[in-house]
Amino acid sequence: MECSIKPEAGYDLLQLSGEVDMHFSPELRETILERIKAGNPLLIDMGNVSYIDSSGIASLVEGYQTAKTANLAFGLLNISGAAMQVLTLTRLDKIFSLYTSAEQFRQEL
Amino acid sequence: MTEIPAVENAITIRDLVVDYGTRRILDGINLDIPAGQIMVIMGGSGAGKSTLLRCILGLKKPTSGSINILGTEVNGVRARDMHALRKQMGVAFQGGALFSSMSVAENIQLPLREHTRLDETTIEIMTRIKLDMVNMLPHEHLMPAELSGGMTKRTALARAIIMDPKLLFFDEPSSGLDPSTSAELDELIIMLKNSMRMTIIVITHELDSVFKIADHIAVIGEGRILETGTPEQIRASTNLEVQDLLHRKARETVVDADAHLRRLVGEEE
Repeated sequence: MECSIKPEAGYDLLQLSGEVDMHFSPELRETILERIKAGNPLLIDMGNVSYIDSSGIASLVEGYQTAKTANLAFGLLNISGAAMQVLTLTRLDKIFSLYTSAEQFRQEL
Repeated sequence: MTEIPAVENAITIRDLVVDYGTRRILDGINLDIPAGQIMVIMGGSGAGKSTLLRCILGLKKPTSGSINILGTEVNGVRARDMHALRKQMGVAFQGGALFSSMSVAENIQLPLREHTRLDETTIEIMTRIKLDMVNMLPHEHLMPAELSGGMTKRTALARAIIMDPKLLFFDEPSSGLDPSTSAELDELIIMLKNSMRMTIIVITHELDSVFKIADHIAVIGEGRILETGTPEQIRASTNLEVQDLLHRKARETVVDADAHLRRLVGEEE
């Protein structure tokens, strides 16, 4: 898994790629919570995520909940394939805010 | 012409022999289990299904032969490597094998607490995700003694998948369940294969489930592989032992009670 933060106008873009599994999900969790603690809306680009396991999904859920409590926007960008299947299976596709473009997220801020 | 990609095998078994004393339980088993698919191993009582499962899980040392799991040769593997391999396997045992002193949620969390250093919040959320998948979320605080047969199976399944294993073994998922609950479990097994990249190995003798969930079937009889193939190939098998097993099971499944009684009292030829 690779995980990098890119500050954008009014929000942080977290770019994820590769496989998000139990080995890497603690790093993902820490990064997400750190950005939310800094008071930034967060958009996570999942376009290059080939696989995410339930520990990765749990990190996203915790991030979403923490952002919601802090009244900050939290979105997932370009989620598809296996990652989308896992979200659908867990019915979290109905919970998360999903975007197909960063512009769409920015307009909702 | 479009080239069909080769399916990688998750498990490869070659010339597997298991003897108990002078009795041969498995007699030269050769089996390929393709990755990402559902393989059903079926056979009558005493056919050797459970012994085969125990060998794959590393719980029984074979007399001879080899088992390769996810690229690792199991025979002679170091204990540490076997431990790492086992973390990639989830097993739902026939009776559930739940700890009676722990709640449903605690039972499910146990592998995470034993094998990972994930934080408490992640463990709690993962547990609820898996409980929701198997429709047990409202029952997370119940104790095993309070569960029905179907709930026990679903809890065992949730525990088996809590670590997102690459291989899921399910021993007799339908046994002791009513047809409706059994059908729900079948759908759950198919959903796990489709959404979680799992290779699923189901040991069963329930014909209804076999043909509903299997991508591939291996029929075992008297310690030997009688036939392997797709459900269609197995149905069309000309192997008399396979046909006998299919029809015997069909007879056991569909019982016309009145006709059966008439036969027993000699009123029907």
